[in-house]
Amino acid sequence: MEIFEAIILTILAASTPLLLAATGELVTERAGVLNLGVEGMMIVGAACGFGGAWLTGSVIIGALCGIVAGTALSLIFAMMTLGLAVNQVATGLALTILGIGLSGLIGAGFVGERITLAPHLRIPGLTDIPLVGRVFFGEDGFVYLSLALIVAVWYFLYRTRAGLILRACGDNHVSAHALGYPVLRIRMFAVMFGGACAGLAGAYLPLAYTPFFVPGMTAGRGWIALALVVFASWRPARLVIGAYLFGAVTILQLHAQGWGVGVPSQLMSALPYLATVIVLVLISRARSGGSTAPAALGTVFVPDR
Amino acid sequence: MQLVLEKRAERSNTIALVSPLIAIGLTIVTMSILFMILGKNPVSALGAYFIAPLTDSYSLQEIAVKATPLVMIAIGLSLCYLANAWNIGAEGQFLVGAVAGSWIAVKTQGTDAGHWVLPAMLLLGAAAGALYALIPAICKVRFGASEILTSLMLVYVADLFLDYLVRGPWRDPKGFNFPTTAEFDPVATVPVLIEGGRLHLGAIIALIVVAGGAVLLGRTIKGFEIRVVGAAPRAARFGGFNSNQLVLLTFAISGALAGLAGIIEVAGPIGHLQPGISPGYGFTAIIVAFLGRLNPVGILIAGLFLALTFIGGEQAQIAMKIPLDVTKVFQGILLFYVLACDSLILYRFRLIFPSRQVA
Repeated sequence: MEIFEAIILTILAASTPLLLAATGELVTERAGVLNLGVEGMMIVGAACGFGGAWLTGSVIIGALCGIVAGTALSLIFAMMTLGLAVNQVATGLALTILGIGLSGLIGAGFVGERITLAPHLRIPGLTDIPLVGRVFFGEDGFVYLSLALIVAVWYFLYRTRAGLILRACGDNHVSAHALGYPVLRIRMFAVMFGGACAGLAGAYLPLAYTPFFVPGMTAGRGWIALALVVFASWRPARLVIGAYLFGAVTILQLHAQGWGVGVPSQLMSALPYLATVIVLVLISRARSGGSTAPAALGTVFVPDR
Repeated sequence: MQLVLEKRAERSNTIALVSPLIAIGLTIVTMSILFMILGKNPVSALGAYFIAPLTDSYSLQEIAVKATPLVMIAIGLSLCYLANAWNIGAEGQFLVGAVAGSWIAVKTQGTDAGHWVLPAMLLLGAAAGALYALIPAICKVRFGASEILTSLMLVYVADLFLDYLVRGPWRDPKGFNFPTTAEFDPVATVPVLIEGGRLHLGAIIALIVVAGGAVLLGRTIKGFEIRVVGAAPRAARFGGFNSNQLVLLTFAISGALAGLAGIIEVAGPIGHLQPGISPGYGFTAIIVAFLGRLNPVGILIAGLFLALTFIGGEQAQIAMKIPLDVTKVFQGILLFYVLACDSLILYRFRLIFPSRQVA
C-alpha cells in the first residue's frame, strides 16, 4: 500500500509542471494567441529558477526568478506577434530555439550543483493518515498553487467581466475592437500570464522534482502542455484531468521499467509522446463536427484606426 | 509615443530582398552586446565566428558538409510552409531516414554485396522519411489533429528508436560497448569528391535538390498550387485545388528530403549509426527556410550562412572558450530578426505622437 501512495505522490509531482504550463497557455490561447514557445520559456525558467535558488538558497526566490524569466521571454513574443504582426507559429518556434540556447548559456555555470528541494507540507495528524494523508496534506507548495491557479483561472474566465472580454478577444477580435476593447493590450497580458506560468512550470523541475539543473531537462514537457490545452478543449476543468493522466503515463512507464517488463526501456520512454499523438488524433476526431477552439486563435490582428 | 502598423498597398519587393540583410546586421549588433556581457572582445569573437572559418580549405569544406543536410531539409520545409502546412518534425524524419538506410548497411556488413548498396540505402532512407512525415500529415487531413504537435512528438519517438537500435540489436559487437554500429563497408559509404577531403557526393545531391525545388515552385502547376493554397486559401478553394492533397504531398516531399539528408549524413561524414547524429539540423533548417525567404536559391545561401555559424561556433569555443550554446542563441535571435523584418514587407511602421487632448 505504501508503494501505491508513493506512486500517487510521484504522479502528482510529474503532473504539476504540465498543469502549470498548460494553465498559462490556456489563458493565452483563450485570448486568441497561439504561443508555441512554451518549451523555450519553460527551459529558461528552469535555468533561472535553479540559478536563483542556488545563489540565494531560497526556493521562493528561485520560483520568482523562473516567473520573471518566463514573462520576459513572453514579452519578446508579444512584441513580435502583437506589435509587429508576425506569424505566431514561426515566432513561437523561434522562441523555443532561443530559449534552449539561452538556458544552456545561463545554466552552464551551475551544472552539477545541487540544492535542497522545496519542503513538503506537514500538518501533524492529517499528514499521518495512512494512504491519503500525504497525498492530500503532504505535497510541496507548488502542487497546491497549481490547483489554486486553475480554479482562479476558471473563475476569471467564466465568472468575471474581464474574463468574458478576454474570451471575446479570442473569439472575434474585430468585434471586440469595435466594442472599444484594447484587443492588443488584453492579448499582451494574456501572453505574459502564459509566460509567467511557463517560467514557473520550468522552475518547478529543478526546485521540486530533481534537485539539479541539466540542459534540456524539460524534455518536451512544454509541447505536451500545448497538446494538453487541445486535449482539454480549452476548458480549465478538463485540463486538470488531462495533466494528471499524462503525469500517470509518465510515472507508470518509469515503474514498468523498474519492474522489468520485457519491453525495451526506450519504448516505455516514448510512451508519453506516443500517447500525446494518439490523444490528439482521438480528440480531434471526436470534435470533427464543430471546433471548440477560440475562433480567432493564431490569427494576426492589426487594428485599423 | 506609439508604434503603429500601416498596411502597404502592395508588398514591397525592395524590402523583400534587403530584409534578410537587415536581420543579419541587427543580429550581429545583438551578438556583439552578448559577447561583451560574456566578457569577450566582440571584434575578435565575431572574427572567430564569421571570418576565421572562411580562411582555410578544411573549414570551407566543413561548411559545405554542414550546409548539405541543412539545405536539403530546408527546401522540403519551405514547400510545407508555403502551403501553410507546419512540419516541424524534420529532425525526426532525418533520424528515421538515417535508421532505415542504415538497416541495409548493417545487414550487408561483411558480405560481398555490390555497388547497389548505397543507392538502395539512399532510396530507403528517403522513403522512410516520407512515410514518417505522412503520419502527422494523415492525422491532420483525416482527423484534424494539429500537425505541429504530432510532428514534433514524433521527433522524440524517432530519437528513442535510434537509441534502442544502437544500444540493442545493431550494436557493434567489437565496439567496446559503445552505443554505435560498426563502421559501414566502403560500398555503403557516400564517396568523397576530392581524395583525402571531407566534401562528399551529398553536396552535389543538395545542389540538385535546390534546382529541383526551383523548378517545382517556379515552373510547374503543382508548385503554383502550393503557393496559392498558402497565400490565398479561399482563392485556392475556388480554383478547385485540393488543399488536403497538397498537405500530404508537401509533407511527403519534405520527409523524403529530411530522410535522404539523414542517411547521407550517416553514410557520409559520420560513417556509422550512433545517437546524436544531428546537432539539431531539423530545427536549424526551419531558420534556414525562413532566412532564405522560402525560396530555393535563398535557402542555399542561408544554409551556407548557418553552416558557417556551426563551424564558427566550434572554432570560437576552441579559440576563445565561448560556450557552444551561443550558436543556438545566435540562431534564435537571427530567426526573430528575420521574422520581424519580414513584417516590413507587408506593413509600414509609423511612430505616432498622440496630440494632447484638451480636457
